[in-house]
Amino acid sequence: MIKGRVSFNEDTCKGCGLCVSVCPVKILKLDTSRVNAIGYTPAFCFEPEKCIACSSCALICPDVVITVERLES
Amino acid sequence: MSVIFKKTKGLTDTPFTYCPGCTHGIIHRLVAEVLEELNIIDRSVLIASVGCSVMSYEFFNCDAVQAAHGRAPAVATGVKRVRPDSIVFTYQGDGDLASIGTGEIVQAAHRGENITVIFVNNAIYGMTGGQMAPTTLPGQVTTTSPYGRDTHLQGEPIRISEMIATIPGAAFVERVTVVDPLTIRKAKTAIKKAFEVQLRNGGFSMVEVLSSCNIGWGLSPVDSLKFIKDKMVPYYPLGNFKDKGVQS
Repeated sequence: MIKGRVSFNEDTCKGCGLCVSVCPVKILKLDTSRVNAIGYTPAFCFEPEKCIACSSCALICPDVVITVERLES
Repeated sequence: MSVIFKKTKGLTDTPFTYCPGCTHGIIHRLVAEVLEELNIIDRSVLIASVGCSVMSYEFFNCDAVQAAHGRAPAVATGVKRVRPDSIVFTYQGDGDLASIGTGEIVQAAHRGENITVIFVNNAIYGMTGGQMAPTTLPGQVTTTSPYGRDTHLQGEPIRISEMIATIPGAAFVERVTVVDPLTIRKAKTAIKKAFEVQLRNGGFSMVEVLSSCNIGWGLSPVDSLKFIKDKMVPYYPLGNFKDKGVQS
């Protein structure tokens, strides 16, 4: 099983939720408990160990917030 | 551990000024990734248009000229003819290209200018507050068509790609969209082909990208992508309309 890691450049996230909608393993959500530097609720990964490095979130992110790494097993 | 996706060098560090969820950002990134992959960032010249993408010269890591409304293909013609080694591309919305600039785009294609046009079609004038555009769908509600577009009064929406494809000078015309990871990958392939046509002096190339305007449409970002898929794609079919095969 391929494992990955997503990291968010959080202060440029506009909280549009497109990454949340395309994640096939449903491990992303918007953090509604706080706001980032530009006043939006940023997306984050709440179960990072389940990431499969598909890059779907990064592909659809309109603000190029997300970096994806593939972890060697 | 290897990085499989990171921000392309074709974009600057300036954050996009677009609304949350606007697919302009995705299209910007695809164009910038193609510039990086083809190793042409240093010799590319962007002709920015008027509309939401008026500030696009801030975001692309290449030289840029800001053209008057609709006149980007005319400015691109001048830049390409004076500097034929440069890779010249315009980035225009539907208010710019399909309305005020229809004459320029048709004539640029007719002359077979060796430029690449990225045409972002979101069926509305986004920047000025969501007015009806020539590309607005029948029955679609905008601020200037509050009861929906009446095709008896305002005509049917114009299909630019089909029209440009009939012009002999056009070498590559394709319509794509960016509603999910699959279509985004296809869109990037089409944009890359369009630039390859220009690299081989193949003539005029254009990629129309069906895009969203969630603020203008009054929908959430996720719902506006569904709107593209369910409402726009049936009227504006995806696919290649012309390919002279010069890029392969």
